[in-house]
Amino acid sequence: MGTQSISIKVNGAEQTGEVEARLLLVHFIREDLGLTGTHIGCDTSHCGACTVILDGKAVKSCTVFAVQAAGKEVQTIEGMTTNGELHPLQEGFMEEHGLQCGFCTPGMIMSSKALLQENSNPTEEEIRIGISGNLCRCTGYVNIVKAVQYAAAKI
Amino acid sequence: MTELKTSAEIGGMGHSVKRKEDPRFIRGRGNYVDDVVRPGMLYMAIVRSPYAHAKIISINSEKALAHPGVAAVITGETLKEYNLHWMPTLMSDTQMVLPIDKVMYQAQEVAAVIATSRYAAADGVELVEVEYEPLEVVIDPFKALEPGAPVLRTDKEGQKDNRIFHWEAGDKAATDQAFKDAEVTITQDIYIPRIHVASIETCGIVAEFDSVEGQLTCWMTSQAPHAHRTVFALVAGHVGLSEEKIRIISPDIGGGFGGKVPIYPGYVIAIAATVVTGSPIKWIENRRENLQADSFARDYHMHAELAADKDGTMKALRIKTIADHGYTDAACNPAKWPAGMFSVMTGSYPFEQAFCEVDGVYTNKPPGGIAYRCSFRVTEAVHAIERLVDMLADEIDMDPAALRFKNFIKPEQFPYKTVTGWEYDSGNYAGALKLAMEMIGYEDLLKEQKEKRERGELMGIGISSFTEVVGAGPSKHFDILGLKMFDSAEIRVHPTGKVIVRLGVKSQGQGHETTFGQIVAEELGIPVKDIKVEEGDTDTAPYGLGTYASRSTPVAGAATALASRKIRDKARKIAAYLLEVNEDDLEWEPGKFFVKGVPDKVKTIQEIAFAAYTNHPQGLEAGLEAVSYYDPPNLTFPFGSYICVVDIDSGTGEVKIRRFVAVDDCGNIINPMIVEGQIHGGLTMGMAPVLMEEISYDEEGNIYGGSFMEYLMPTAMETPNWETGKTTTPSPHHPIGAKGVGESATVGAPPAIVNAIVDALSHLGVRHMEIPITPEKVWRAINGL
Repeated sequence: MGTQSISIKVNGAEQTGEVEARLLLVHFIREDLGLTGTHIGCDTSHCGACTVILDGKAVKSCTVFAVQAAGKEVQTIEGMTTNGELHPLQEGFMEEHGLQCGFCTPGMIMSSKALLQENSNPTEEEIRIGISGNLCRCTGYVNIVKAVQYAAAKI
Repeated sequence: MTELKTSAEIGGMGHSVKRKEDPRFIRGRGNYVDDVVRPGMLYMAIVRSPYAHAKIISINSEKALAHPGVAAVITGETLKEYNLHWMPTLMSDTQMVLPIDKVMYQAQEVAAVIATSRYAAADGVELVEVEYEPLEVVIDPFKALEPGAPVLRTDKEGQKDNRIFHWEAGDKAATDQAFKDAEVTITQDIYIPRIHVASIETCGIVAEFDSVEGQLTCWMTSQAPHAHRTVFALVAGHVGLSEEKIRIISPDIGGGFGGKVPIYPGYVIAIAATVVTGSPIKWIENRRENLQADSFARDYHMHAELAADKDGTMKALRIKTIADHGYTDAACNPAKWPAGMFSVMTGSYPFEQAFCEVDGVYTNKPPGGIAYRCSFRVTEAVHAIERLVDMLADEIDMDPAALRFKNFIKPEQFPYKTVTGWEYDSGNYAGALKLAMEMIGYEDLLKEQKEKRERGELMGIGISSFTEVVGAGPSKHFDILGLKMFDSAEIRVHPTGKVIVRLGVKSQGQGHETTFGQIVAEELGIPVKDIKVEEGDTDTAPYGLGTYASRSTPVAGAATALASRKIRDKARKIAAYLLEVNEDDLEWEPGKFFVKGVPDKVKTIQEIAFAAYTNHPQGLEAGLEAVSYYDPPNLTFPFGSYICVVDIDSGTGEVKIRRFVAVDDCGNIINPMIVEGQIHGGLTMGMAPVLMEEISYDEEGNIYGGSFMEYLMPTAMETPNWETGKTTTPSPHHPIGAKGVGESATVGAPPAIVNAIVDALSHLGVRHMEIPITPEKVWRAINGL
């Protein structure tokens, strides 16, 4: 199968790769770049564990080909910390016990980040809608909502 | 309220210590199985059967092997060369790893493709050509038991029908007599459908065989790494894999809920593949494989009956169950308990008589019968009793809360021996229900409901007062494949007073790295920040049976407390030596020994630890370590009362949970924040099968619910804001008085929600509804269809 050269800015650093056209962005991120914080939880775009931010919008990276992201900017969970400082969302998830097994957490945080970028002071209902594309099996969402509220108050 | 014995800095029992595992998870630095990469690693993908029952005529791997990147195709014939094509299940039944001549359920493993990339392996799967000849399919477990039904397990010598087991508990004759004499009887068929735990991380393994050392290392999604190691050694010992050469590493686990207790064929194939190819093999199942082939939960067809006096005094309980186990009995119950702890069905009430019988049945469905965040079939039992209680209340026109208060086992009756043989350790059932009613404003809700009903609006209130049974278990009664269900803790205090704790259990999100540290902090007064907790590596952790059935705190938690106390006993000797007094002259307070009446003659635990390595008394061994293997004297019995309020849209049949109050009593609490989190999650998994989740099959054995397209899990939109409360009734036999909590809410929530929905529709003549209660079912009920 033929390959294409791509260049994607990931967490601020230019990354290049020679990839098959069918390579999913999530596999490029996880396997070619070794950024394993982005997870895979389904194959139908329902669970949201693979959520990253592509040119400012939250996308499910299992539903984007790596070649579609060429020339664009991607942010993953690994890019949330600035100079070792936690993002308020990361802090919120820890403070409000918004995670248990941690598997959905990176995707949840990225979806929440996109939500807060669009709406810095969301209501509970808006938060619930904002994270409704991300499944969590452990927490029952109550504390995830609180974590996002914590971050919204801080940002 | 649990009394705080330590400061916030020490962070012992009762402190909401922030989780020690979180810093890595919130940075994306967790280490799950799919994150493990080994040099030269190959990828495995599995060819699965489209048929529920068929002969395999041929498997042709030629095209697959010709595909770039494909290294090998493994079939049943490959495994047969090593006698690895069959394996035992945890219930001592047998299961194909890969078939030779027949498939028994849709999505069964048929062959495995090994390739240099995930994509090439998936390509290879498409290119393996399998020719099948369909056979008659048996899906309905009742039909499976009829005379003349095709016998599915022709591989089992002496198997003449599709019955796996018949199991009974209680006194049949006395129960039957009680029903004959009863003033009121309630009868209801209740089906608890097949569901799937669907942890967000699927199952997987990286298996690496070092042919020079003969060493096998497996990073795998295992809730029970030691038990898995022993099973692998027993299954593959004949090919040279002896137990000291097998290392199972269960890294971070993305949710378990029982789904990572069984040994799946994929694990075994990957192990065979690493031995055959000499390369490390990664197999990560996709979501469809996970839902379609991994162990299911529930699938209990119950015929439930309750006998009572007209005044509501409950007298007898009788439940007959058909348990659909699929192709093989691959449940994960303790060996003596083929229907798990189902006989705990008498719940929170002092029945004089009870009898249950369960028939396990083979069908052409995937095997399983695991828990779904519950302790061995207790959810099914609680569903039955809490539904029957509400139906009795309706029948004799009594308030369901009043009926429960009238019947509850009373606090002074504990320890209470049930008629089916369980000894409940402690409880205050009325206390929990009373608190739940206060929190939700029960009386006001009744008034509101009356007014709404007059206006034609549909609102329901449902109660569930459940008793859980967890902490398996005492070795006299509980083992898995002969391995007794004790658990273990090993604690080492380093010279500088820091600690490593290793355990035989394995967290999958429950927060063990925090809570087990808190137990040590409570017992030794060492700050929890100085305590590292490590689990999941069979080369370093003490042997244990793993984490499921809410057994970690009841069993390994007790081991941790007792190992800490052994360390404290030794520390006392060292302190006496250092302070030049008798041991009896010393008094302990968290973190230090001091001479009675002379508080400034003191040695801290840190000073004592240093002395244990630098200045230990002659005649005493150096070092400060201890191990405990804890064999619990009894199970623990957490309980609670839940009240649910639903509003129903009469136009669409949509059910909205307006409020849900959960009062739990799990004994003494280690970390209130974590306990509340466990309850939130448990409630959500309790709600899920009541309103949304189900896996079903058509007559040909085709699955419905085999991907997240049709298997509907609750999102933040469907999940209400759970309200929690607690009472505290410590377990009298547990060293720290704790009981376990991870699954209580999944067990207790379903009947509260069903009872609320039925209550909302009761004036329309509705007496029972089968789960999942979809808008369509509700709409039909409203419209009398």
